Amino acid sequence: MTGRRAVAEEVLLEVVNLACARGDRTLFENLSFSVQPGELLYVQGANGCGKTTLLRTVCGLTQPAEGEVRWQGTAIRQLAEEYRNLLCYVGHANGIQGDLSAAENLRFGTCVGGADSHTRIASALQSVGLSRAARLPAKFLSQGQKRRLALARLLVSARPIWILDEPLTALDVDFGATMNERLVAHVTAGGMVIITSHQELAVTVPIRRIRLDS
Amino acid sequence: MSHNLLGTARCIFQRDLLLAWRKPADVATPLAFFVIVTSLFPLGVGPEPQVLSRLAPGVLWVAALLASMLSLGRLFAADHADGTLEQLALSPHPLTPLILVKVAAHWVTSGLLLVVLSPLLAMQLNLSGHAMVTLAITLLLGTPVLSLLGSVGAALTLGVRGGGVLLSLLVLPLYTPILIFGAGAVTASASGLDTQAYFSLLGAFLLLALGFTPWATAAALRISLD
Repeated sequence: MTGRRAVAEEVLLEVVNLACARGDRTLFENLSFSVQPGELLYVQGANGCGKTTLLRTVCGLTQPAEGEVRWQGTAIRQLAEEYRNLLCYVGHANGIQGDLSAAENLRFGTCVGGADSHTRIASALQSVGLSRAARLPAKFLSQGQKRRLALARLLVSARPIWILDEPLTALDVDFGATMNERLVAHVTAGGMVIITSHQELAVTVPIRRIRLDS
Repeated sequence: MSHNLLGTARCIFQRDLLLAWRKPADVATPLAFFVIVTSLFPLGVGPEPQVLSRLAPGVLWVAALLASMLSLGRLFAADHADGTLEQLALSPHPLTPLILVKVAAHWVTSGLLLVVLSPLLAMQLNLSGHAMVTLAITLLLGTPVLSLLGSVGAALTLGVRGGGVLLSLLVLPLYTPILIFGAGAVTASASGLDTQAYFSLLGAFLLLALGFTPWATAAALRISLD
């Protein structure tokens, strides 16, 4: 991939004594870990143990009950836009409007993400196998195709930190394998990945795992 | 290469207009409401021209206000449901100006159309030509304030069950000053009085709302997304 921001050696995403709660239920507490460039962090745990909440907290969408997330030693709350400029998050919701075409959705997604995309939209759609559906209103896409479209944002926006919540759901086996290759390519190029998945990741790079329910 | 804030703002504006174009029923519903309410009034109170022109400023303004409130539901609901709001909140640009752009696009597809329709409806309520112009100007100044104030309510009630009722309870008390000065200007104009003070007040409301509400809406959205 071209245009990826060069990530220096010392950059570091750090989670310090994090505690998250939903309502009055504490999901996890005293959680600390760090992610280095070139690392893939695989967050595991049973349903409802707080994987999504953890990922949203690392993005800055959800505020932690205690502790903080730091980038290069500074809390992400203070960095705000500067941190969000390094990030690409694909959550449960695909962020796709049914009345816009696949290409329009992808163009809008990358534009909101702050990336200039005009030349890369077509090639990204091609690499997720949606070239023929590019002009189709997104409401006619299948679940798996919508997922592919959401993941295409990763390819266009070229950010060092990927935060992926169950990216493999609804994907067919072939594209699941392609996605694994993409993850390896991203990590090998010095990117970071934080991922949750109930399917086992078949990647050829070392995986760091954390379990939330133990 | 990175998009600047203006580029992203243009993207959002164009997309919201395009979506409105593709879902014309959403845009037409508040307009139809505006037309129906103002057309039913002469049937209800009788066709005497004096009575109608006496009632016209209030009727037109109340109908426009309710129509504007009716359209608030679609401001963030769809984007919240499909995850687009998350993407907006994670944009490398500050959320406040992006929200301002969304509200502007929403106003163009609701309030501005009410302004355009208003002279036609004013005519059927026997409003004088001069008062008609005043009505259009007050709506032009007032409906953006309604959209801006409404956006705070819409953001606060996102994802809340029965949010529609809550939204009207939150927003209506804030709407009343706009209604009073808006309708007051048209009444004054119909009786040949000076309307400059009303315009200044509505303009001041607009500036105040432009300054504060996008910030409040962005904060409310971040809470709704938490």
